[in-house]
Amino acid sequence: MMKIIVVGNGMVGYKFCEKFISKNGHEKYQITVFGEEPRRAYDRVHLSEYFAGKTADDLSMSTANWYEENNIILNTSELITDIHREDKTITTHLEKTHFYDYLVLATGSSAFVPPIQGVEKEGVFVYRTIEDLDAIMTYAKKIKQKGATEAAVLGGGLLGLEAAKAVRDLGLNPHVVEFAPRLMPRQLDKGASDMLQSKIEELNIKIHLQKSTQFIDGTDCITGMMFEKEELLKVDMLVISAGIKPRDELGRGAGLEVGTRGGIVVDNKMLTSDSSIYAIGEVALYNQMIYGLVAPGYEMAEVVADQILGSEKVMRETIDMSTQLKLIGVEVASFGDPFIEHQDGIPIVYENKFNGIYKRINVSHDGKLLLGGILVGDSSDYNTLFQIYSNGMKLPDNPEDLILGSRGGESSTMGSAMDLPDTAVICSCENVTKGAICCSITDGSCETLGDVIKATKATSGCGGCKPMVVDLVKETQKSLGKEVKDVVCEHFAYSRQELFDIVKINKFTNHNEVLGTVGKGDGCEVCRPVLSSIFSSIYNDTANKHITSQDTNDRFLANIQRNGTYSVVPRMAGGEVTAEKLIVIGEVAKEYNLYTKITGAQRVDLFGAELNDLPAIWKKLIDNGFESGHAYGKSLRAVKSCVGNAWCRYGMDDSTTFAIELENRYRGIRSPHKLKGGVSACIRECAEARGKDFGVIAVEGGWNLYICGNGGANPKHAVLLAEQIDKETVFKYMDRFLMFYIRTAGPLVRTATWLDKLEGGLDYLKKVVIEDSLGINETLENEMQTLVDTFECEWKQAIEDPEMMKRFSHFSNSEDRDDTIEYVVLRDQKMPKAW
Amino acid sequence: MEEILNQYETVALDDVKFWFKAGKISDFPTDGGSCIKYKGKQIAIINFERRNEWYACQNVCPHKMEMVLSRGMIGSSDNTPKIACPLHKNNFSLVDGSNLSGNDYSIATYPVKIVEGEVLIGFID
Repeated sequence: MMKIIVVGNGMVGYKFCEKFISKNGHEKYQITVFGEEPRRAYDRVHLSEYFAGKTADDLSMSTANWYEENNIILNTSELITDIHREDKTITTHLEKTHFYDYLVLATGSSAFVPPIQGVEKEGVFVYRTIEDLDAIMTYAKKIKQKGATEAAVLGGGLLGLEAAKAVRDLGLNPHVVEFAPRLMPRQLDKGASDMLQSKIEELNIKIHLQKSTQFIDGTDCITGMMFEKEELLKVDMLVISAGIKPRDELGRGAGLEVGTRGGIVVDNKMLTSDSSIYAIGEVALYNQMIYGLVAPGYEMAEVVADQILGSEKVMRETIDMSTQLKLIGVEVASFGDPFIEHQDGIPIVYENKFNGIYKRINVSHDGKLLLGGILVGDSSDYNTLFQIYSNGMKLPDNPEDLILGSRGGESSTMGSAMDLPDTAVICSCENVTKGAICCSITDGSCETLGDVIKATKATSGCGGCKPMVVDLVKETQKSLGKEVKDVVCEHFAYSRQELFDIVKINKFTNHNEVLGTVGKGDGCEVCRPVLSSIFSSIYNDTANKHITSQDTNDRFLANIQRNGTYSVVPRMAGGEVTAEKLIVIGEVAKEYNLYTKITGAQRVDLFGAELNDLPAIWKKLIDNGFESGHAYGKSLRAVKSCVGNAWCRYGMDDSTTFAIELENRYRGIRSPHKLKGGVSACIRECAEARGKDFGVIAVEGGWNLYICGNGGANPKHAVLLAEQIDKETVFKYMDRFLMFYIRTAGPLVRTATWLDKLEGGLDYLKKVVIEDSLGINETLENEMQTLVDTFECEWKQAIEDPEMMKRFSHFSNSEDRDDTIEYVVLRDQKMPKAW
Repeated sequence: MEEILNQYETVALDDVKFWFKAGKISDFPTDGGSCIKYKGKQIAIINFERRNEWYACQNVCPHKMEMVLSRGMIGSSDNTPKIACPLHKNNFSLVDGSNLSGNDYSIATYPVKIVEGEVLIGFID
């Protein structure tokens, strides 16, 4: 068996092993890995998460038995001291000798420590390994006890900013000290750096640019940093993150060719000056450059794996240094040549200090090619821009649309991912091309998205390419004539919209009927609530019907909490409540010992109600004029409002009255997902109406109606459907819009996502709702009116029917309560005991 | 938390020592679950009318130890009858309590028989 020795067990060394054993022919080789660190290879890119609570194990690249399972010998805590090239052996610090056929140097780099007087003082650290981090944590704890608050990070590059976040996570105030006049000088221009700086400073991280440190102050421990002109920054700790230095001492000692500023020289096969020794990662000097990014390192690993196994694969001539990342919560991306100046191209810059967004693209003089760019604050365009740049695709007529979005036009600026050439790299972490993704489906080896991810590893790195991979898989399936349908679940070969029509046309009224006629099996937790919701939309069945096919929240008309108790939310339309009613809420909360909190929807939530108490609680509320707030349903939650011109000196109209009217009109109506609304009486928008599924804002001459916004994980502003319309028209458009959404959206699809997927988008929706292009508006209005006219409070219904009340009991054979529920005290109220 | 789970162990039909009367058929909602109390235990009873089958299993969710399984929805997956936990939608086979969602949690199941309109659950203690 041939022997490969890998020196270094970092990310790239690990990747080499992973790539090698995945290739044909690897069985003929025995890999032995030596790492000087005590643990398995770990993810250094996400090192700062160690401070945020991740463990060394979380960061590990592999499982504990991965090496063993794959027949790789791993020696940790063992340092290689010498290479004897003439007899192809290495010796370790334990004085053991090993023979190799091929040697792979993946020794990486160490932190570069600038020659500043006093760097040896206590309290000065580098930021590189988990051991460094442990030392920083211990020291920070110690000095914090003595009252220290300030700490500095030397270096305003990518790693330095990561280190600053880490320092902040330790509870110290970070100061970032950078020699250059801007942050991330290799990736950002001045405008981008300024934007990043102001975003970061909002987070209490101070930035000191253009500072050259003269010496480290303090007797034994650091107490400050002295800059030029006797300017002193008082700090009790310093973390140096000012660049990297290749760990080339082993190669140097063995007489391999090295660069003048360090690094082992390699050719495009990653071979060093010795034809049995390869170098990869941050120790390799390729094209006279050290590449401090993971992606080129992984590519080098792949090249060496292929070379050893006899393939001709070589390293690309130019290495892409594009990056996209989130720094301290701020999105930053840079690609191609970010700095291009007049002679080579023309920059187009968009700067929005209000939102903290900076975008720059560099376009060739003829306006045809994208040469590079920078994004700060919002990097959502990165994938598109990067593909256009790296594939030399032709730019649209107005290249500025790429960063500003298409304004007014019908077409989107970028076609589908299918327009990319097969060679386009979609996943740059794992170097997977569009061709590889599509081919895995067309050659029949993969069927689903999951198969493709497993086979190609695309999306398994940073995950940024996921949306494109999803699109490619879908489109490829389509091109093969495979119908890609959003079916509800395994029991129905129909979409929600089709099921809606089937139920309506066939006048089905219960689950078994539908399952038996057009479905198979016995249903499940996905299709049962979908059908229940459809029955509600068509017949206005309340959740008191089909009770075992309602989600648990609907089944018990309350929101289940983490300990199996429920919360109670009575309706307060428009957020308006009288003192008397507020007192009733207080009395109920007191009587049943409920945790009380104001919700984001301008009403009160009472938590910790036991199932058995729900009817009595609701009886008291209903007797005092309340009704269900439907906080548990996929239905209208609330319509939030500002106080309006009744009180406000800026108000242009009566927003509260309008909100109450809207909420009362659409209350209780079941929909594919929850619905929220808002009404503001002027453009100051205190009700945040544009963050809702529908929002109405008073303007000169009427109301503007916005639709399809939401908060949550993917905040989206609602878009303008119609402007300066009167109340009556608002209701008319609202009826049509809501009913159209209820009929056509998929299960659990909010309005924003629905509009995104709607073919023809907003223009199409306007045609349907305003111009009646489908001729269905009268039907939609009538359907809505029927739902409005037949509204019933389902809690009132429930407490008045003894048969319905039976289900509000924890046991069917006993009056006992669930005695496993335990509480602890939280700020004078109760909360569930932690899991 | 462990002690809650340890109370529940699957009982095989052949091992049943005692049949507990849980109630009449009409006490149980159709095509769904409800919960009964037996000694210190909470047992979910499933009246799977659609399949003309009855099942019983622990009421405690093995993931977060909350007494909620009986409030979950039932259904089938590849013809295996199952129940979905209402908290995080973990799916369990009603036949043998095994996990159908690809993680390690499983549940204990108990034999059920119907005698003259009475629902009986088999225990060994």
